[in-house]
Amino acid sequence: MTSTGVKGTAEPTGSPAAWPDTYGEEARPRMGFFTDTSICIGCKACEVACKEWNLIPEDGRVWTGESYDNTSHLNANTWRHVAFVEQRKPLHLDGDTVTLTEPGDGQPEPLRWLMESDVCKHCTHAGCLDVCPTGALFRTEFGTVVVQEDICNGCRYCVPACPFGVIDKRDLPRSPDDAPLLMDMLGKKEDGRVWKCTLCYDRLKGGHEPACAKACPTNSIQFGELDELRERADKRLEKLRTERWNGARLYGHDPDDGVGGFGAFFLLLDEPEVYGLPPDPVVPTAHLPQLWRSTALAAAAMFVGVAAAFVGGRE
Amino acid sequence: MTDRTPIDESQPVGDGGRPGGTTAWRRSITELGTQMDSYYGRPIVKEPVWQPEIPFYFWTGGIAGASSVLHGIARLSGNEQLAKRSLLIGAAADVASPLLLVSDLGRPERFLHMLRMFKVTSPMSVGSWILLVSGGASNTAAAMELLDPLPLVHALRPVKWLAELVSFLAGPPLATYTGALVANTAIPVWSEARVELPWLFGASATATAGAAAAITTPAENAGPARRAAIGGSAAALALTFAMEKKLGFVGEVYKEGAAHRYGRMAKVATAAGAGLLALGGKRSRTAAALGGALVLGGELALRWSVFKAGFQSARDPKYTVVPQKQRAAERERGGAST
Repeated sequence: MTSTGVKGTAEPTGSPAAWPDTYGEEARPRMGFFTDTSICIGCKACEVACKEWNLIPEDGRVWTGESYDNTSHLNANTWRHVAFVEQRKPLHLDGDTVTLTEPGDGQPEPLRWLMESDVCKHCTHAGCLDVCPTGALFRTEFGTVVVQEDICNGCRYCVPACPFGVIDKRDLPRSPDDAPLLMDMLGKKEDGRVWKCTLCYDRLKGGHEPACAKACPTNSIQFGELDELRERADKRLEKLRTERWNGARLYGHDPDDGVGGFGAFFLLLDEPEVYGLPPDPVVPTAHLPQLWRSTALAAAAMFVGVAAAFVGGRE
Repeated sequence: MTDRTPIDESQPVGDGGRPGGTTAWRRSITELGTQMDSYYGRPIVKEPVWQPEIPFYFWTGGIAGASSVLHGIARLSGNEQLAKRSLLIGAAADVASPLLLVSDLGRPERFLHMLRMFKVTSPMSVGSWILLVSGGASNTAAAMELLDPLPLVHALRPVKWLAELVSFLAGPPLATYTGALVANTAIPVWSEARVELPWLFGASATATAGAAAAITTPAENAGPARRAAIGGSAAALALTFAMEKKLGFVGEVYKEGAAHRYGRMAKVATAAGAGLLALGGKRSRTAAALGGALVLGGELALRWSVFKAGFQSARDPKYTVVPQKQRAAERERGGAST
């Protein structure tokens, strides 16, 4: 596996900025999720548990009409999202699968259902955190990425900076718990801040596992120390490959990928884009040196260009 | 055998509506020789949630930044009339800019949180400081220029010179960092143009500052402003074409929808305005005003074109998936051969 060029740019050490060094003795092992989609049954208990624990407001009751998934995507008010894909592909490569016979032609066709509980990836090199101008987004002592809602001023730079489209702005009305506005003119009626999965930072502080992992009935969502989860995932992948599962692969467990590996990674059964995930994500700040160099040169060129406009006199 | 009946691709594309996927569930991108899956055509990266204040700010910030440079060099060359006009234009744009930015915030009452830290990984953080320095300096200089008849202000002239110098130096970064700001995202059409965007925004800023000064300055002193407007316009046009050409597949969004409409408007108005300034700007004040207004309008449309292109680029997952798959495939090939 070759490096994607992230190393040596934004965070040269290859470990998440501000962790564990800045925490000193308070630093904890890096915690994360391993979401094994091969045993997900699409029950959405994780979505519900997440909403309950984190007091996330309802975000509309939309009937998509396209699958059993009516949540559709992660956003400010959905921090776990169960994707649902129906495929005419065999579950196993040796042909051992459920089949479906179309009325008419009578040819049996393979069938499988893919379900995947998506979540914030808590990237090693997190685009949202890198671009946040206020410091509202920060790296916790567990190596996770969390928004401090009392700091976020709703600039929304993090929204297009996330390669996964996870973090989003909340448009719902302000909470009555919020401090009253000094001047109506300076405030807005909607919440206006950005929200995403905190990997249940409050529960972690109290020594509990996150709500989604706690509620998952099949252990598709596994919580633990990232190093241990990576080992577990390798063994699981090996087993699925021995059993000839169609398309089994790990997604985001490689520390050499474009975001330095995910804190919450996945075992998938098809290409990432089938689940609405980017196939080769790269943190935007990986290009920072090139970007600032170009900006500095363009700025210097402006001095030269404007000075040149003075050649030829006043008129 | 396709896996699923494709979704009707002819359905209209909402402009600001979210969410909305326009890609068929499975489509063949034959010109790239690859077939792409997506999750019901839904976007992968989120569309930006910035409001119209932002492209207007890119425009005012550009005027402010480039006006400071125009002012500084005019002052050095002894063209006092052009220097004064540019200083006042820049100061006004430096007042409008933070107001637009604060208005765009989801929590405007927390705008000072922008100054909690300085972060080089966040062009928005760097830009907030640049704008603070530039705006503070240009407005100090402008206020002292207007109040110069007062003996006390006149006595403090070194302060004004210092403010003018700071404003002069902060101008180009203010005009160009906004290009870095949009390029430092996961939006394909912005990220892939990361080399060109700061240059394009810098050229556009120079054109607008020149145009604004050419409108407000009598012709006998407006030569440098006119030439800055014409040169900036030509550079912006050339950079627009170069950027669209280099982007290739990802740049398709500039041929569609709002990005295309604003882009066409920008090219036509900028070219016409620059032409008018070149042909009649010296002789006729009317031609200078009209040409300058066309350049200002054209460059505003350019900012809108870039802004809208980002939304369109995020909305269709093919712009995220196809280049990434190609990149991964190339890496695999490279890895296999070594």
